[in-house]
Amino acid sequence: MNIFIAFILAIVSSMLIDNVVLSRFYGICPFLGVSKKVKSSLGMGIAVVFVILMATLICWPLYSFVLVPAGVPFLDTVAYILVIASLVQLVGLFIKKFSPSLYKSLGIYLPLITTNCAVLGVVQSNTDQGMDFLSSLANGIGTSVGFLIIIVVFSCIRVRLETANTPKAFKGLPIALITAALMAIALMGLQGLFGGISL
Amino acid sequence: MAKEKGKNMKNFLKGIIAENPLFVSILGTCPALATTKSLEAAIGMGFLFTIVLICSSILVSLLRKLISEEIRTPAYIVIIATFVTLVKMFANAFLPELYSTLGVFISLIVVNCIVLGRAEAYASKNTVKDSLIDALGMGVGYTLAIMLMAIFREFLGTGGFSFGVIFTFIPEVSWLPLEKFAINIFQMPAGAFIVFGIILAVLAFIKNRKAEKKAALEKLEKQRKAEEAKKAAAAAQAQAVEGGNK
Repeated sequence: MNIFIAFILAIVSSMLIDNVVLSRFYGICPFLGVSKKVKSSLGMGIAVVFVILMATLICWPLYSFVLVPAGVPFLDTVAYILVIASLVQLVGLFIKKFSPSLYKSLGIYLPLITTNCAVLGVVQSNTDQGMDFLSSLANGIGTSVGFLIIIVVFSCIRVRLETANTPKAFKGLPIALITAALMAIALMGLQGLFGGISL
Repeated sequence: MAKEKGKNMKNFLKGIIAENPLFVSILGTCPALATTKSLEAAIGMGFLFTIVLICSSILVSLLRKLISEEIRTPAYIVIIATFVTLVKMFANAFLPELYSTLGVFISLIVVNCIVLGRAEAYASKNTVKDSLIDALGMGVGYTLAIMLMAIFREFLGTGGFSFGVIFTFIPEVSWLPLEKFAINIFQMPAGAFIVFGIILAVLAFIKNRKAEKKAALEKLEKQRKAEEAKKAAAAAQAQAVEGGNK
């Protein structure tokens, strides 16, 4: 039971308090690039959740049971990026085969995920910080769901911003960045929610 | 020879101003926001980034005839990841403070869109020398861009600048004239977004003004031409009338 509570807390803390985009700065490129429409941001978010989960499930055992015993832990980055790139390809093929309609809506975002730093960032920081399997899984779930929530909320705000009367120089990206700053300040209010329990 | 030199200079400068990877193409935003807390960290990040960019551009350009079209993206990623691993080990050995400050963001150079983008768009199609100059320009441009962000963030956030904290081989110096008035939020994540947004807005403002000026000039020119044409037409008509009278 205690492990279960710690697991849930770890998920919530990496999802909201230490949010992936707004306080750890992973995945800013898709956050700014694919957030103009709510539908496309939802597609991107779901695809990212999928890939991050799979990558965490594969890369942690790969590091602990293959790279470390083989004496080449410094090859981690090369191994991870290969796993992620092939995973993205595989996920694409899989979705294409079983749900062509989902593929149609997700298809264009899949190649972009390879260069999404959220995926590599999560996997890399899991092993860099020496987490065990359960906390890396919690970190993976929390980070990916946090990314999904933030990108969808952000795109909802951006749709409104399109019609808002902003100064001409701030149109488009600048005002979006200021909005992101305000969101980051809002999330800062959650810090210390669990009495400083950290991962 | 002079022409060749001018072309190289142009190739180098385009990465700094006209095609600045951060402010114009909006690429590589993650490290730009995450590593600009202090000026030193930004310089270190830019330095490591430029090394990776130059090495991978040279190697991709050397191998451009060997790597076939279908497998080029995975091949480029492996090349980049190898250089990133080398740089990471170099930083760990010689600049341990920098290594611990930048943390996972050194590894994340692998997925920095600029490196892959230059490999794909430039190095895979051009000679080694041109790719080297292009990579150098892009690297310096990116470094200057993140340094600009770091200058604002460190000055507003701490009230001055400190050196020697990360680069331990130089003596520690700090200059904090406005320490009492430091605005803490610029050291936090939110401050990074604000600074980046305001810089982009200022650039957009300058661009808009230039475009407006150009449009106004063009309008004036058009008006002048139209008036001239009118005058010419009137003169021609007057002549015709005169001719008719005669």
